Amino acid sequence: MDFFTLTLIKAGIVAAILLTTLAYLQWAERKLLAHIQLRLGPSRVGPHGLLQPLADVIKLLTKEDLLPAHVNKTLYMIAPFLAIALALIPISVVPFGPEIEVFGVNTHLQLTDLNIGLLFILAISSVGVYSVVLAGWASNNKYALLGSLRSAAQMISYELPLAVALASALLMANTLSLREIADSQAGYYLGFIPRWSVFQLPMPQIISFAVFLIAGFAETNRIPFDLPEAETELVAGFHTEYSSMKFASFFMAEYANIITMTCIATLLFLGGWHPLWPAAYGSSFVPSIVFFSGSAIALYHGLHPARPKDRYSLPAVAIAFLVAGLLFLVPALGGILTPLFWFAAKSGFLLFLFIWVRGTLPRFRYDQLMRFAWTYLFPVAMANLLVTGVLVAVFA
Amino acid sequence: MDLILFLIFAIFAVACAINLVIQRHPINSALSLIGVMGALAVLYLLLGGEFIAAAQMIVYAGAIMVLFVFVIMLLNAGAERRSSKSLLVRLLGVPLLGAFFAVLGYTVHRLLPAVDPVRFGEFTGGSPGEFGRVLFTRYLLPFEVTSALILIAILGAVVLARKEID
Repeated sequence: MDFFTLTLIKAGIVAAILLTTLAYLQWAERKLLAHIQLRLGPSRVGPHGLLQPLADVIKLLTKEDLLPAHVNKTLYMIAPFLAIALALIPISVVPFGPEIEVFGVNTHLQLTDLNIGLLFILAISSVGVYSVVLAGWASNNKYALLGSLRSAAQMISYELPLAVALASALLMANTLSLREIADSQAGYYLGFIPRWSVFQLPMPQIISFAVFLIAGFAETNRIPFDLPEAETELVAGFHTEYSSMKFASFFMAEYANIITMTCIATLLFLGGWHPLWPAAYGSSFVPSIVFFSGSAIALYHGLHPARPKDRYSLPAVAIAFLVAGLLFLVPALGGILTPLFWFAAKSGFLLFLFIWVRGTLPRFRYDQLMRFAWTYLFPVAMANLLVTGVLVAVFA
Repeated sequence: MDLILFLIFAIFAVACAINLVIQRHPINSALSLIGVMGALAVLYLLLGGEFIAAAQMIVYAGAIMVLFVFVIMLLNAGAERRSSKSLLVRLLGVPLLGAFFAVLGYTVHRLLPAVDPVRFGEFTGGSPGEFGRVLFTRYLLPFEVTSALILIAILGAVVLARKEID
């Protein structure tokens, strides 16, 4: 199969999965937040509100697209487009798994491998600031302008600790290609401790992983660092004046940025698609076991239904999980799906962490936010970089 | 393919640069400058300088221009007013500019020694590893001198800013 056809097919699959994940991440966030706050969350549209994302999309598409009178029209239009485009591009260099063979075609589970892959993502995300800045400025609204000023200052400040934390992980990996970074973390110490960056000798990157996560929360404007859209102070921050699909593109861009952030964290610190313990000790059976236990739980609750409709819906879920678990046991499919499972599990856990923190922590005050970045996070990241550098120079 | 891409982005860079001068509002000029930076990054990429291209995007288009735009927004700089031009400027401005560029181009063409034209895809030493090796061995002195220079500039800026506050 020639290069273009293959790339088109892969791009189609990645885009479909990414957009579905974006829609359902928002559903998962609402549902999880609701449960953290002892509410039910979306539950009307479809079973457990599963069709809520679809309803939201239809609502946003059909809403009237307002154009406020005093905006700078060109920039006002460009900003949301820029936001969503720059948020979706980085996924093109993220590897999801090793080289595989499908129908006799060898291919990597990745759209393209750049030898400056990580720098590419940093470059795109550093340009992404403009979407927020321009949106706030073009709106000609004081709340929007204040929100975008805050956002720009915050993103510039937190980009430094983020980049320094990445640099110390890169010192260990010795490459900028994301595929090689993930591969440099393959293997195990003493046969069972994974060589992920957070465990790797000579300098486990636990500190830089923590710094990266904290700075990642700030870069994606999430609670506890969501000052740019602090509702109590700024209405909605930089996207106050936006409605309909323009608002939706900012919303989607935010979630796409979170997904990119978790993918980078997985690749750089958590070993990408490499399992937690070697396949010799049965790590390749984990997906099947997870799905089978899910199936058993669903079946149990289906046999002891709390509501009448559970008698039919939960056994159906159980069968779906059973089939998914069996798919992992088919030798030809297992080799492809197991790395994807580990990658999705690690990124999924980090995504859960983003939502968990949102449901748990209050918002910072603005001066606390800036002081935290410059007087605490950045020095810690620098010290970690220096220690890592010395240890790598001595031992490697 | 390389030539087509080069022409597209070279024209884009020049168009943005002209737009930068023509625009009245500082924020439009700043955005045009970002366009120039982006187009330059693509040109570096075409010439095989992958690391330089990424650095161009991160440092210039990302960091420096964000500060420019930030300051323009913070000061809320309005559109500049055009001064009324004299008849001489209106008649002779563009032709004189063209003539100046023609003379400049001719002089450069005559005085510079003939060199091999640049070929796309010929240079392969642009990866971060090779770039770093050259930077920290052959060009170590210029690199360190530049960093000292930047440090002095920062210190100077701090001193000047403090004087104004006191």
